[in-house]
Amino acid sequence: MALQIKETQDSYDVIIVGSGAGGGMASKILSEAGLSVAVVEAGGDFDPAKEEDRTQLRPPWESPRRGAGTKIRPFGDFDQAIGGWEIEGEPYTRKDGTQFDWFRSRMVGGRTNHWGRISLRFGPNDFKRASIDGMGHDWPIGYEDLKPYYDKVDKLIGVFGSKEGIFNEPDGFFLPPPKPRLHELFIKRGADKAGIPMIPGRLSMLTRPINAERGVCFFCNQCNRACQAYADFSSGTCLIHPAMKKGKVDLFTYSMVRKVTTDETGKANGVSFVSKLDRKEYKLKSRVVVLGASACESARILMNSKSKAHPDGIGADSGVLGRYLHDSTGADRMGILPELIDRDRYNEDGVGGMHMYTPWWKDNKKLDFARGYHIEYWGGMGQPAYGAGGGMDSLRKYLKDEFGNPSPNGGYGVGLKKDIRRIYGATLGMSGRGESIPQYSNYCEIDPNVVDAYGIPVLRFHYKWTDQEIKQAKHMQDTFEEILTNAGATLLGTKPGPESNYGLAAPGQIIHEVGTTRMSNDPKSGVVNSNCQVHACKNLFVVDAGPFVSQADKNPTWTILALSWRTSDYIVEQLKQKNI
Amino acid sequence: MNRRENLKLLFAGSIGAGLLLGCEPEQVKLKGEVIGTAGGRTEEEKARDAKLLAERFFTDDELKKISTLVDLILPADEQSPAATALGVPDFIEFMMKDQPDMQTPMRGGLMWLDFEAQELFGKVFSELEATQVKAIIDLVAWPEKATEDYQGGVRWFNMLRNLTCSGYFSTQEGWNYMGYQGNVPNVWDGVPVAVLTKHGLANPEKYAGVYLKPEERSKVAVWDEAGNLIG
Repeated sequence: MALQIKETQDSYDVIIVGSGAGGGMASKILSEAGLSVAVVEAGGDFDPAKEEDRTQLRPPWESPRRGAGTKIRPFGDFDQAIGGWEIEGEPYTRKDGTQFDWFRSRMVGGRTNHWGRISLRFGPNDFKRASIDGMGHDWPIGYEDLKPYYDKVDKLIGVFGSKEGIFNEPDGFFLPPPKPRLHELFIKRGADKAGIPMIPGRLSMLTRPINAERGVCFFCNQCNRACQAYADFSSGTCLIHPAMKKGKVDLFTYSMVRKVTTDETGKANGVSFVSKLDRKEYKLKSRVVVLGASACESARILMNSKSKAHPDGIGADSGVLGRYLHDSTGADRMGILPELIDRDRYNEDGVGGMHMYTPWWKDNKKLDFARGYHIEYWGGMGQPAYGAGGGMDSLRKYLKDEFGNPSPNGGYGVGLKKDIRRIYGATLGMSGRGESIPQYSNYCEIDPNVVDAYGIPVLRFHYKWTDQEIKQAKHMQDTFEEILTNAGATLLGTKPGPESNYGLAAPGQIIHEVGTTRMSNDPKSGVVNSNCQVHACKNLFVVDAGPFVSQADKNPTWTILALSWRTSDYIVEQLKQKNI
Repeated sequence: MNRRENLKLLFAGSIGAGLLLGCEPEQVKLKGEVIGTAGGRTEEEKARDAKLLAERFFTDDELKKISTLVDLILPADEQSPAATALGVPDFIEFMMKDQPDMQTPMRGGLMWLDFEAQELFGKVFSELEATQVKAIIDLVAWPEKATEDYQGGVRWFNMLRNLTCSGYFSTQEGWNYMGYQGNVPNVWDGVPVAVLTKHGLANPEKYAGVYLKPEERSKVAVWDEAGNLIG
């Protein structure tokens, strides 16, 4: 990881905290408006095109653990999310025996370096859920407010997909999608029988170029390692570094923000941060501060920004700072497709994600839970690395010899080796990703007893799923079985039941946490207004997923990008009008 | 922090997380070879890999047992080498240190081999004939056939089998044996037609005009105002 040494100044027009999707977009738009910008990032610089940073195309034997996950890279040794669920020196705690797992990435680009690139717009219904089902709250803005920004994000960053005309899955400016993989066609056969739609995936990878700066996808399936050709979206390669090249943008790395500083009137005037390099405190001044540190980290900074004007932290007077924390739901199921045993070999890497998926297709009025989910599909002849050939103690029985007799589970020898080769690429599965109902009672707050290695008070989480999410997971499991069985697959494992909440993942595990600084036109119901401007501090803005009133069953990144662009336009406008 | 202060920090000897961890900022080299995972490592990761690679977990006797067992699990055949020829024991040695939760069950399993060898044949494991080794391994290698008494051994051997397979198929030779053809730049144009035909499948007609056409892969995308791709 290179250290970013920049000519720096002490005062900027704007300080942006965090370099992920929200901070990256703000850095681009604000610097293009001629403003001087400081981006303050808690991790190091990162550029996948630099040989020293590249993990793309590295074979597993370049890792002594052959690509297995580590504490610092839980998704694999070549995965480009440096951080993980537990970061040395940066703890968080939990309350009342509840569970929330917090995934953080400390590097330029944040979690956009490894994310799944599933780039779904929220639809008209997704902003108005309370009006539809009476639960939670509506957003103060609607699809029509964000549509122009979604359009611009599509064209700036690139997303493939197909025009479908589905009301709540708005179409965009799509690049051509890749053809399906073999297991996706088998699954589609099953889904068709069950009357469940499957359409081309919508992922932010360049199947065709959109400009001269970024290359096109060469189908290595490794988007989670970040692309040396910049053919997928990550904030560092597509936003931060281009903004630094073109505009007045200084990057401060290894800089952990403690608080937003304010003047005697309560207006933000900069940030105070600790350099992880020398463990000293530094102050930067600015006219505007933009938080894009991630929903929970930005909430933490606000809570810790105590002063005479903001005795409980900035935005705490709303009564909802840290509240309504919510993550997507998740559940999975796996099967083995006998027809894929002994399959023909060819390069099936494709893009780093599914070529087909299922958008939510049901009417919740006819179901016993209020919100929907989409389904992601997986399988195929993936790269053998750590874990390859595993599980033969339970999978080998699905192989039959020439006389039709099943192989015994387990074993050893040449026969085992052959069976591993025969079964390669025959397993497949699916994951549901659903919308949960935001709850006041699910929250993060400052733990009064614990600080991190920099002396900054840490977050404490309290989170419980409700019946809504559990019933949705049950529906997912029934659906998964129906699709897999219809596709001709044999189900693996036992169907998760009520004892495990139907396989519902623990809160935080899907890494779509949002809602902690939610937007509302009422300062007593939201931390920010509909322009993501903090009610209690007019020159302070939040551009991550904190302002989300509800997290649709869509992945949040595309909406973070669109909202951040819209907020950045608003900041430029407000500065011009001298309102802030 | 201005540029001068930044530079002062940079040249203060060692810098970055390496300073805090007390390790060398350079990737550790041994016998002229870079060791540890390649690409984008943090100082913390480099230091950890170097430390783990310098440590030794298995005793000579344990390593010998591991070598015997991995070659039993994945022996050479006419198409592929044996597990020891692909360095599988070294990989397992590393994994013991990388995921220390495996240490006790692995060590316990290897100890049990000697116990069982004494019980059945009155010898230590290393002195057994090949058929005797198989007799012992057969007690734990088949989960559904193993008796209740040997379920602990079954779990150990499952772990060893999984590790052996991981170490084996994550090599170039393992890829060759598996027939994996990826990890190279290419242009995906769907499942080969012969494969589709064999399985009686076809790409959905509906998207025939929508899917990526390889010949258009270098054309910069242009849309009309309604979002239709027009060039």
